[in-house]
This record gives sequence, structure tokens and C-alpha cells, in this order.
Amino acid sequence: MTQQNRLVSGGRIDRSETLTFTYNGKKYQGHKGDTLASAMLANGIDVVARSFKYSRPRGIIASGAEEPNAVLQLGATEATQVPNVRATQQELFDGLVSASTNGWPSVDTDVMSLVGKVGGKMMPPGFYYKTFMFPESLWDTYESMIRKAAGIGRAPKEHDPDTYDAINQHCDVMVVGAGPAGLVAALTAARGGARVIIADEQNEFGGSLLDSSEQLDGKPASEWIRSIVEELSTFDDVLLLPRSTVNGYHDHNFLTIHERCSDHLADIAPVNSVRQRMHRVRAKWVVLATGAHERPLVYANNDVPGCMISGAVSAYINRYGVVPGNELVVMTTNDYGYQAAIDWANAGRTVAAIVDTRTESKGDRAETARQLGLNIITGSAVIDVQGSKRVTGVSIAPLDESGTKVTGSITKLKVDTVATSGGWSPVVHLSCHTGSRPVWDDSVVGFLPGPTIQKQLTAGGINGQYETSVALQEGLDAGLQALTNIGLEAVELVLPRVEQLTMTAPMILFHIPHIKPTSQAPKQFVDYQTDVTAAGIEIACREGFEAIEHVKRYTAMGFGTDQGKLGNINGMAVAAKALNKTIPETGTTVFRPNYTPIAFGAITGRHCGGLFEPERYTAMHKWHVEQGALFEDVGQWKRPWYYPKGNETMQDTLNRECLAVRDSVGILDASTLGKIDIQGKDAREFLGRVYTNAWAKLGVGKCRYGLMAGEDGMIFDDGVTACLAENHFLMTTTTGGAAHVLEWLEIYHQTEWPELEVYFTSVTDHWSTMTISGPNSRKLLEKLTDYDVSKENFAFMDWKAATVAGVPARVFRISFTGELSFEINVQANYGMQVWNAVIEAGKEFNITPYGTETMHVLRAEKGFIIVGQDTDGSVHAYDLGMPWAVSMQKPFSFIGKRGMQREDCVRPDRKQLVGLKTIDPNVVLPEGSQGVFDPKAPIPMPLVGHITSSYWSANLNRSIAMGFVKGGLDKMGEKVFYPLADGRVIEAEICSPVFLDPKGERQHV
Amino acid sequence: MLHIYCPHCAEYREEEEFHAAGQAHIVRPLDPDACTDKEWGEYLFFRKNPRGLHHELWVHSAGCRKFFNMTRDTQTYEIKEIYKIGEKPSVVDSSVPQEIASGAAS
Amino acid sequence: MSDAVVENIKMKVVANQLPEDSEKIHSMAESPLHHVDLASLAKQGLQEGGVHFCEKPLMGLLTLRCHPSAKQKTAIKSLLGVALPMEPLTSATKGDVTVRWISPDEWLITLSGDKAFDLESRFQDKLEGHYSLVNISGGTTVFELSGKDAMNVLKKSTTIDFHSKVFPTDKVVSTLFAKSSAIIRRLDEQRFELVVRRSFSDYIWLWIQDASKEYGLVVDA
Repeated sequence: MTQQNRLVSGGRIDRSETLTFTYNGKKYQGHKGDTLASAMLANGIDVVARSFKYSRPRGIIASGAEEPNAVLQLGATEATQVPNVRATQQELFDGLVSASTNGWPSVDTDVMSLVGKVGGKMMPPGFYYKTFMFPESLWDTYESMIRKAAGIGRAPKEHDPDTYDAINQHCDVMVVGAGPAGLVAALTAARGGARVIIADEQNEFGGSLLDSSEQLDGKPASEWIRSIVEELSTFDDVLLLPRSTVNGYHDHNFLTIHERCSDHLADIAPVNSVRQRMHRVRAKWVVLATGAHERPLVYANNDVPGCMISGAVSAYINRYGVVPGNELVVMTTNDYGYQAAIDWANAGRTVAAIVDTRTESKGDRAETARQLGLNIITGSAVIDVQGSKRVTGVSIAPLDESGTKVTGSITKLKVDTVATSGGWSPVVHLSCHTGSRPVWDDSVVGFLPGPTIQKQLTAGGINGQYETSVALQEGLDAGLQALTNIGLEAVELVLPRVEQLTMTAPMILFHIPHIKPTSQAPKQFVDYQTDVTAAGIEIACREGFEAIEHVKRYTAMGFGTDQGKLGNINGMAVAAKALNKTIPETGTTVFRPNYTPIAFGAITGRHCGGLFEPERYTAMHKWHVEQGALFEDVGQWKRPWYYPKGNETMQDTLNRECLAVRDSVGILDASTLGKIDIQGKDAREFLGRVYTNAWAKLGVGKCRYGLMAGEDGMIFDDGVTACLAENHFLMTTTTGGAAHVLEWLEIYHQTEWPELEVYFTSVTDHWSTMTISGPNSRKLLEKLTDYDVSKENFAFMDWKAATVAGVPARVFRISFTGELSFEINVQANYGMQVWNAVIEAGKEFNITPYGTETMHVLRAEKGFIIVGQDTDGSVHAYDLGMPWAVSMQKPFSFIGKRGMQREDCVRPDRKQLVGLKTIDPNVVLPEGSQGVFDPKAPIPMPLVGHITSSYWSANLNRSIAMGFVKGGLDKMGEKVFYPLADGRVIEAEICSPVFLDPKGERQHV
Repeated sequence: MLHIYCPHCAEYREEEEFHAAGQAHIVRPLDPDACTDKEWGEYLFFRKNPRGLHHELWVHSAGCRKFFNMTRDTQTYEIKEIYKIGEKPSVVDSSVPQEIASGAAS
Repeated sequence: MSDAVVENIKMKVVANQLPEDSEKIHSMAESPLHHVDLASLAKQGLQEGGVHFCEKPLMGLLTLRCHPSAKQKTAIKSLLGVALPMEPLTSATKGDVTVRWISPDEWLITLSGDKAFDLESRFQDKLEGHYSLVNISGGTTVFELSGKDAMNVLKKSTTIDFHSKVFPTDKVVSTLFAKSSAIIRRLDEQRFELVVRRSFSDYIWLWIQDASKEYGLVVDA
């Protein structure tokens, strides 16, 4: 294929390097330095999309982030699919594969277009609004149609092979935009010694200067740009970020920058490289030098491929050496529009006419156009366009002075390209992100950044200053102001000389009238991406939507992935005209992050796959893995769940493990329990205040179980605390509650009781904890220590310092299984070796490692609760049937005491935790089952409580369960029925939750 | 994302290092048992939700683990001042009556 | 009176936690990254790269909590050989003892692993008043990141500003590290120490490998 629109010379592309790319299955060629859009235009590709609602052919309109139509799907393989890529921002690389996203079998012959007009009628403005409001039943019908028609790309179905990164940055001055204003601001700040970051979304710095033929200091702008960038590169404290879009400006000068590190190189990032990087910047001062977007004019059939904004035409010619057509007509309300015609003529192609809506222009650009002999038609406008897949001609007519009426007869011109300029809209997007509303400025004919509490400066186009000389001066001023604001001294910087062009004032005009009323004229598009027309906005206004935010929601204007960068102001102008108001009276427009669409991968960064969430391991983790344990997530911990052997089912394993503990001895890795070292003379007093039970008399060497409640009286943690010495305790918490409990202790100490002398230190990770449990556990421990562990010397609920397997240990004789148990704690660096020694010594007793599931069954056999399973933040100690764990006699009103005495907490019919035995011992109640007293009661049946724990007990050879029943503690022996989703109704009898060894003899042996 | 000055570490850190712990200056009644259900309920459950200045308790949970107070504008997210536990705010909304308790408590 | 009785009458428990058999102190010990076998990785992996990593295993680590009176400060200085750093986010080193400011009433002390108990005992004997000194050696390990890109890895992992103007040598911060936490100290321009919790150390090691990939990670034995 030839690049029919490529100029033989000029531009910033490298003609010696030819790149091949694919668009909709066909191969084309471009050059290094091209964007996908410029290469498509060079090849004469006119249609790049079908429109969302009407399925009209659409072409490239713009040359940057504001492009609404050329939104393509990229990716050579399924895994590397990227939706939503603006061709104007995608650099060309060899082998790039792209496709249009809307219209099939192809954008050129779209079957949808046959029904397009019907579809259009079926989807009037307010379609979404009305659909959501009105028959809900029809939504499925509408939805499938919209989904089919509205595809703006699709996500890959395979795993993304690339890696994405995030990095945190800090700087004194963050400059957004590397056009003339941004470059000068950055250099000023850098020379003053500031830490500077300057980011620009384009592949090279220079901004608007890259698109123009302007001269600085009598030399091409590119030379000035090069010298500035070179100097900036010499500073250690300056970070230059090309290909980096500042997508969000958040509170307290926090900005997110999306850097595309390798999107310009290939389909997949090079080995070990990241594809995209998110910079999370905290800046002392921000300089917004984001420039401006040119506004297209709104006229009939303004979406036919070949209709462009005039600045984009200049950019394609000057930067890429591409003239996107042969015969051009320019329509402009201002002097800038003339530049496209001048550049077009200089490229050697035909300018049919410059149509100026003003009565005259005396500006320098108009003068240049006259000298080139171009045909200038004043006081007129292009009111209509001919053609469908490409412009074939335009209708030009004279307008009245206000630009609201066509006043004369139509002249037709044969052209293939229409360039329009309705003036410029400052890119105020970032300044809006923190909630600042932009302010309309009549002289700028656009919105300027509004008042803000951010430490923010602005320079250049964002202030409505579009002349290079002014932009440079504002950049300097902003740089100097930033230096002053951060306390650095001002520096000298001589600005380059720029030719000052005289200008004639622009005309304020957005919407070009047609000979027919708007509602009957051919479609005049305002928002291309969502297919919103001037007529649609007028309908919205007629239907009573007067605030612009309502008009936007009603029509979907600005709701596309381009956020209405081209269309919003025009839409507001159309609405204002329809409502007979001014634009500021109509409302203001607000933009939210992100400025351009961003890959989910870039937001996720490295927090995916194996690094999605930390996995916490105990010192014995490797052993569990080697034994084939399956793991349960408890918080971030990986705890052994059960250890299947051979072909065992899970239930087989649990039965084996449960029986082994009660028959001989089992071993559990309990290292994950939270452990807090508590020291100080008031430690005991503090414990009395945060636990519901009494601590005053707990002797040194003794352990006690405690319940922890909130001020509302509800239980949120439990555990055993040991008195290590008079002023020294070791508290254990639940695995999942450790961090919360430590913060709980600290908040009370720091804010309520700072006078208590006590310190808390987490030692969770410091101790490896292994619990040996079962009738043979003492014999086993005797093999490992010289310490006297007899019943007489080492009683239940004692702790002892003893050397186990050669390592000093704290051994706690506490039990969560109801069996004789010893909890051996050793410094965690020795955990694995001590564990190995215990396993070795236990072989003669057939020591069986057991996991959390067996632990759960064994404790349920004893009626021991698990906080978080048998509690849910709405139950107090009495609800749990644990009055023995509350000491109302304590002198200090402990946390939870007052709460559990509230009127609602002392009702007799509260749900209370009881044991439940199914009448059929072989049936295991599903956890979560809701109980009723009368299974024949009409629906909705009064629910009386749910099952919290339910297991098959191999030791009892029957099912056991615990659950809440209204007033259950007084209903022993009564029946509760559990109707299940599958229709079964399971009958159970209320009983004590202690199913095994009610006298506790086994743990006391 | 807020940029928060920790008065103990004496430097600014990112919000993700902190936890908000609710309204500041809620003092636990000295004699809870003497409170009526209504009084206790107000201590336990009722909180302000102002548009504008708000005094909040925060903790530098990933740093020094110390609690401190913050006066923040809930509308602009501007942090007006940071002060330690036991201190009183100097930036207050004069249009609403202040009920900030004295004493060592928060 | 037996040793046990002497211990029990004390207000706090201080006990040796290392094997009495001195040969077993090292032979039985497994640091949190023991399973990774860093020594083999050091031999097999990259020999050059922008980031260097090593574990300083089995060190002695102690948490001191105290609101030190003038008297306590003096006593602590003589016990440690170096004064407690009272300035926020600073550290002080004397010999193999380093003391890091963690909060206004908390310091992290590191020293050689076999000297921790000795220091605990001397505190027990010499320091009066309200304080707590807790051995956390088993629950904590120390990593070192160095090289020209070490700071980039830290910037990917934490939100701290590591510029030498605001983060000079010997500065210490406690902060989030990826989705875990770390106490980070600057050792020199390109060298940083990370004190991390045992249970998170595998996650942090995996994270560091991933975040270092683009610079080349060298494991130092």
C-alpha cells in the first residue's frame, strides 16, 4: 500500500524507518514517529468507527487526547488485547495490530447502518433515563441491543502477560504539560534548586510547538525544545516523564500519572520490563500547563469522515508530514483557524476556501492567507456537508451578524476535507478533580480553573492564553512563584523571542444555523462518541431539563470515554441558547478522574497473582506443606486445615484426626494466635478493665481465660492470659483479632487511662506455639524435658518455664480440646526443630498432626466458642451462656459492663447459645440454618436463631451443633425445627453445648 | 488521599499509614454504672456529622501507633490543625456550641 | 533458694530463650527466610544488578517501651553504650548495638543474637522505674537492600520520601511496605536496612524479587 497522503519531506517522522501495521485485518505502512492515527490518515483510511447510536461512519477528527472517534482495539493475540486506545495517542510500532470496535462485519459495510435510522428513532435522547424509569421488563430487550451496538472494545479473555508497576514520588514542583509554558516553568524551578517532575502525555516534549511551524529565536521550535530538555536532563532532582498522562489530581496535591513505558515498542513489553507505570506523586506545588483543546463547530453532517478540527489538520501536516485530504475548506470564528489553510496550501494541496463567520479579519494570519491567494469568504459558514464515508462537498451560506440565522443563498463547494475552529477550551480537567468548579470567562470564551484550596498554579493555554509568547511568560511567572512559595530564591531565565501576531477578536459562535430549524435539519453532532446532537439537547431542554447536569444525564452528553472533551462546551452553548440563558447561567461542567481511560493493570500494579495479598507463614509452614496439608485462610495467615492421607475424603481425615487426639495424642500449630506482652505495675488493673472477668487474684504461674467486650457489652475477642510475674502478663488473642486487640488496648491507654503504668508489645511472631493434646501428651512431653510435668507439679491452667528438646520454652497447660494438653512456646527461630523433635518423640504414640477443622470439631464437642463463628458482634457473655466469665463485683466499671445491662441486653427472650442434637443422629445441620419453633407456621415463619457450628463427631458417633435459640437457655429438652432450602425440615433438641466429658475430667488428669 | 502530619513522628505521611478512629473528644463517663440508658446510648452511639469543621481522632497505625486529634473540613478535606491527645483544638466552628470536654482525656 | 524461686519473686520474667548448649544456638535455628536457601541463590543467581539483597539472620532484637526520666536516660545510656535517640525518626549506633526511635515511648534495639539475654538481664538488674523490654528476636528479621536501584525498589514499596535531603543516613521510619510493614533505616547513600516481621518475610521477599526484576536482583550470601 502506498502512503498516498504522505508528504515527501517535513515533519518529525523518520522516513528511513518503515513500520508495518494491521488495521481491520489489512496491512499498511507508516514511519517511526507516527501515531496510529497519522499513519492511518497517511494511508487514506477514512472510516475508523461506526457511531454508537446511529451507526454512522466516523473518521479521525483530532490529533490528541480529545479524539472521540478513533477509539480502537489493539493487540496481536488474545492475551494482549487492549480496548479503548485512542489512535491519536498510540505510537506506531512494527507489527501493531488494530481493529475498529463498533460495526460489523466491517466499519465500511455495516449492516447496522441499514437499520441505523430505525435504531436512532428507537433510541431518542433520554433513552437511558426513560428506560430505567419505565417498564423494567423491557430492559433485557434494550440491553442486548445496546450492548451489541455500543461496543467500545472488549477485555482480553486470557491472562495479561505484562507486568505493571507503581512508584511513589515526591517533589517540590510538579509541572503538568511540557508545552512552552510547562517547559519554562520546569526549567525555572529546576534552576532554582527545586525537585521537579514534568510529565507530558506525548512521546516527546514540546506540546503545541510540535504541531506548528513557529520559530523561536529565529530557529525552528524543535531546537529550542531540545536545548531546554537537555538542560533539564542535567539536574539530578528533575524527573522527565514523557508518554505520561497526569490522569488524576487528588486532595493535598496528590497526583496520579500513568506512564506508558513500552506501549510504543511492541505488543508485549520486553523481558523484565514493565508495560505501564503509575507514578503516585505528592507535590508541594503544582503547575498546571495543560494547554487547550480546539472546539469544533456544530454544523449539519459534521461527523462525515473528513470533518476535522483545524489545529489537528496543522498537526498532521507539520508534525507527521501527512495531509489528510486534497481539497480543504476551513470554517473559523477566529484567526487561529486560518493556520490550517496556510499549512495546507504550503503543503501543496488545494484550499477551496476559508469561511470566516466574522465580517472581516485584519490579523496577521489572515494577511498571510491573502498573500497566498487563498479564497476568503467572510460573514458566512459551512452549514451542511455532503458525503457519507467521506466528505464530497459543502454548502456555504451567509449568516447574520449574531450567527443565529442563514441570510442568503447557498454556495456549494467540492471539497474532501472540512477543518473548523470554534475557538479553544482550556484543559481545566485536572483543576476540577478536587472539587473546584471552573469559572466561565467571556473574554476567553471558555471555562478557566476555579478557586481551589490546592497549592496550584496555572500557566499558558489553561488560562486562555494561546500565544506562544504569553505562554512562555506565564510559564516563567509560575516557575518563579513556585520557587518563592517553597522558599527558594528566584533565578534568571531569558525567554526566546517569538513573533507576535496581530489578531482580530474572535466571534462567539458554537452552533451554526441551518436553513431548516435544528429539529428538522440534518444531524448536527455535539458529542460524537455518544451520538448527541444539537436537536437532542434542544429536546432535553424542551422536556424540562434545565440544569446542564440534568441535560447531560438525559442525553448522555459527555458520558463517553472521552468525557466530552470536544463536545461539552458546545453542548452547554446549545442548551443555553435553547433555554435563553447564558452559558454560566446554564451551569458549569465538572470533570472527574481519570483524564483518559487507564488499564486496570496499571491501577493494580504488582498487587496481583501471588502478591495480591500477603500470605503469613508460621515457622513450621514448610513442614505442613511437605505433609500435604490443605490450608485455611485465617486473616492473612495460612493455617493447616487438615492433613489428608492417601485417598481419604475430608471427613475421613477429620474422623482420623479427631479420634487420634482423644485416643492418644495430636499436635496443632497454634503459632498464629495473637500474643501481647503486657508489663507494668498497673497491668493487672488494666486487664480487669478490658476483660469481663476478674484478674485481681490470678497468681504468678497461672493462666486464665478471658472474654473481651466492647462498650456495648458485645464480645469481640477471647483468649488465655498468663501471669508471668506480678507485673508481667502474656495475653493471647484470636488469630484474626490480634491487631485489633492491640490497637484496642492502646486507644484506651492513650486516650482514657494514660495514668496507668503499663506497656503492650506484640510478640505474636516471636513465639512458635505447638499444642500437644490427648491422653498421651504428658508421656510425650516427659520424653522431651527433664522438668517434672506430673499432675502434682504442673496443674491444669498452670504455665511453667521448662526446657523442651533442648530449647527453653514456656509451656502452658491449657486446653481447647478438653483433653490433657500442653501448649509449648519456643522462640520462633527454634520452632521447626522443636516441632521435629516432638514429632520424632511422638512416633511411639502415633502422634497425629491436626488442623483447624479438627480443632473446631474437638472444641465443639466441649462447647467451647469460637469468636467470630459463634459470635457476630451482637451477643454478650450471658447470651453465650458464660456468666462465669463476667465479674460484676469488680470495683472498676469494666468495658462492656454498662453496655450489657442496657434494657435490650437483659431481655429474657434474647437469642442464646445452646447445644443442638438432631433427632436423627446421622444428619449434620448446615451452619447458618435458621430455626423455627413451629414448622407448620404460616410463612413468613418467626425465626428463632441460627446454627453457628455444626459437625460430625467421630468420637460421639453422631452429629453435634451449637446455635442461637430465642430464650434457649431456659428451653433445654425442647425442639427446634430447621426448614432447609431443599425442602427437608430437620428436627433438633436443645441441650447443653458440652457434648463430651461434662465434668471436665479428661483435661484435669 | 490525605497528607497527614503526625505530631509524634513530626513529619507528613500518606493517609494509608493512618486509621481514622471517629469523632474526637468523646470521653468515657467516669461512672458508667450511674448513667441512664439514654445517657449511655448517647455516649455509645451518637456522633456528629458536620458539613465543615470536624474534630477527629486518628492513629498513626503503620507508624508510631500513637493517637492524635485532627481538625478537618469535611467539605474541602482541608486539615486545619493537628493536636495531641489531651490538647484542645484552636480552630473551632464558632457558629456551633462547643462541647469539648476538659481534662486529660481525648 | 532455687533459681526458679528467685525468678518468681521478680516482678517481670526475664529468661534465656536460646538453647543452653551453645552449639545448638546456631545449628537448631532457622531464620524466617531459612526455607529460601539464600546461600544457594547467591551462587546460582545474577552476580551483577542494580539491587542487592541479603538477610541478616538471627540477630537480637528488643523492643524498649519507656517514658524515660533523666535518671532512666542515664542508666539506659550506660546499659546500651549509647544514648537513647530522643529525636523522632533517628537512630544511634555504638559497636554492634543500634537503637532506633519508633515512637515517643518506643525504641527498637538490635545487637548480636547471643547478647540479647545478657542485655535483658542487665536491664532487669539496673534499670528502675516503669519500662518494658521485650525480646522479639524470633518474630523479626533484618533485610538489607543496596545498590543503585535499591531506592527505586523502596519507592515502589512504600510512600516514604527517600531523597537524601529529607532521609539522611541513620534516619528510621516505620511504615507500610507493599501490603505489609517494615522499619526502614538508611545505612548509607545506597544501602537500606529493613526490619520485618517473621510471618510476612516470605511475602516481602517475593515482593522484592518482583519489584527488582527490571533492575536485576543480586542475592548476597
